Amino acid sequence: MTIKVNRKGDVWVFAEQHNGHIEETPLELMGKARWLADTLKVKLAAVLLGDEVGELAGQLVRYGADTVFLAQHPLLKTYQTNSYAKVLCDLIQRHEPQIVLYGATVTGRDLAPRIASAMKAGLTADCTDLQIGDHTPAGTGEVHENLLFQIRPAFGGNIIATIINTDRWPQMATVREGVMRMPEPDTQRKGRIVEETVHLTPEELPLQILEEHKQPRKVNLKAARVIVAGGAGVGSRENFKLIWDLANSLGAAPAGTRAAVDLGFIDHDHQVGQTGTTVRPNLYIAVGISGAIQHRAGMDQSQKIVAINKDPDAPIFGIAHYRIVGDLNDVVPRMIKALREKAVR
Amino acid sequence: MGYDCIVLVKQVPDTKRITGKVMNDDGTVNRAALPAIFNPEDLNALELALQIKDRFGGTVTAVTMGLPAAANTLREALFRGADRAILITDSKAAASDTLATSYILSCAVRKLAYDIVLCGRQAIDGDTAQVGPQIAEKLGIPQVTYVERLDDLAGRTITLRRSIGNGWQLVRTQVPVLLTVVESANTPRVPAAKKMMKHKNAKAPIEIEKQLRAENPQFGEIQIKSRLEQAVHPLQQRGSLIHQWDLADVGADLAWCGRSGSPTKVHRIQSVVLAAKESKGVEPTDDGIAGMIGELIEDKIIA
Repeated sequence: MTIKVNRKGDVWVFAEQHNGHIEETPLELMGKARWLADTLKVKLAAVLLGDEVGELAGQLVRYGADTVFLAQHPLLKTYQTNSYAKVLCDLIQRHEPQIVLYGATVTGRDLAPRIASAMKAGLTADCTDLQIGDHTPAGTGEVHENLLFQIRPAFGGNIIATIINTDRWPQMATVREGVMRMPEPDTQRKGRIVEETVHLTPEELPLQILEEHKQPRKVNLKAARVIVAGGAGVGSRENFKLIWDLANSLGAAPAGTRAAVDLGFIDHDHQVGQTGTTVRPNLYIAVGISGAIQHRAGMDQSQKIVAINKDPDAPIFGIAHYRIVGDLNDVVPRMIKALREKAVR
Repeated sequence: MGYDCIVLVKQVPDTKRITGKVMNDDGTVNRAALPAIFNPEDLNALELALQIKDRFGGTVTAVTMGLPAAANTLREALFRGADRAILITDSKAAASDTLATSYILSCAVRKLAYDIVLCGRQAIDGDTAQVGPQIAEKLGIPQVTYVERLDDLAGRTITLRRSIGNGWQLVRTQVPVLLTVVESANTPRVPAAKKMMKHKNAKAPIEIEKQLRAENPQFGEIQIKSRLEQAVHPLQQRGSLIHQWDLADVGADLAWCGRSGSPTKVHRIQSVVLAAKESKGVEPTDDGIAGMIGELIEDKIIA
């Protein structure tokens, strides 16, 4: 079984779009993808599928793409797995990128594994970092150079794993929203737009999308300058009122850990962490949060971190600027009171 | 009409209760050293399959790939109402990543008659959500991921509600189809006392063999084999035999299994080292807290 490995191709980002808008996560990915392409001295291409979306190509160039592969067809107007996978696999085989990146959105997680399976390629989900490096398999002298290091916390979060693909291509990874910093668009940037021919028939689209209902997100965590987050330690949905009250007194966004969301204390829109949103606020107040690595991965770049927990050994204290060991039911009301007094002064 | 459902289930380490040495030095998981549970979203997938059987008739087959201990997860599936359980176990499947795992499972599914394949959206150890879609690709059937609800099933037409993050879609397609099911889809039923009684001796041949050897160290191979057949037969009659397949039984090409079939490899594992930074303890008193807030205002962190 020999597969000709491709280490010369470009870096690609799947520019997921719905209803004529490019999703935020792929745009965030463009910054890191640009850096990967520059490091490897290859080009960065964005792959845009849809119908009548040509005007989005310019946006992708401004965000760093040297090339935009534009695959348009009426049958691509709405996403479904088989049509998008077929077109993307065709493009991958035609142009042979060495790396393909996707946002770990609902669509990305539906599409990327289907492509990985068809290409018999490796795919690493929810990466928290991407780097370029060399790898020498144990017991051999052969060095695999300039591989994509796909980095993510693993297995209960006690370790960080660096995953690589040495003998398949393309190297693929998905990245959650907020993990990569949104790059600044460069209005002067020029790029090449390549119109691709698409062959699709209705028989190749097995799903009928009968209805779709989207609610706007309840909170914009990425834009928040201050976040007050509660963990399982808060104890109940009723007690989460403390989080909302403290957030209100600071003009902050309320948030929760995955544990708090799973327990029903707060809605999934408010989830911070590796499988939620990654945030970088000026101030992150962690209330009753132990600090598992999957949560820390989502907030450890906050400018200042205040942690309140009654367990002095909670891992969150390892990254907090201000450590308060105490009962949150006592400390949070004191903080609200102190804020009110400062405001009055 | 009746639908044949295959539910792919996984025994996973309880990632909320990790103790001891969880990783081997080569980066693979030391599964044998951890408390193991039924992957939560696979229970939701099983529940959906059982609801389809309750409403429309048909069969539910639970299939897992894992160590012999994974037979326990299959027993739990039988206790909840699965008609048949199949354990795929083979040392050559060890260290399989999602691609190799999906290859092996798709080989197994191909051996069975099915209308609907169901999986949990993702397993709590890898959290990749990749195996389901990869199996669908290999079987050449459509996939509907993030399924929250079965809306309708009539003839070969299936209508499902799927979650799309902050919203949902109503999707229609034809069986055969693969579904990945999310936790919000249903509340899995508890094991039923009658089924627990019926299947209380359910075992896979490898478990029976292990027990025979332990209890009869004096037996030779021929005796073990004959006793095994004697034990397996009544279980099979009663429908309590956990079928056992190895990679040859499912017709898998070994080149696509285990480490050689896994494109993703571990380059390095690092323990988490928390970055040191200026950090101060704050007393949980009015003075302590006021002092901290004063500093945050001074540093213009808060207004």
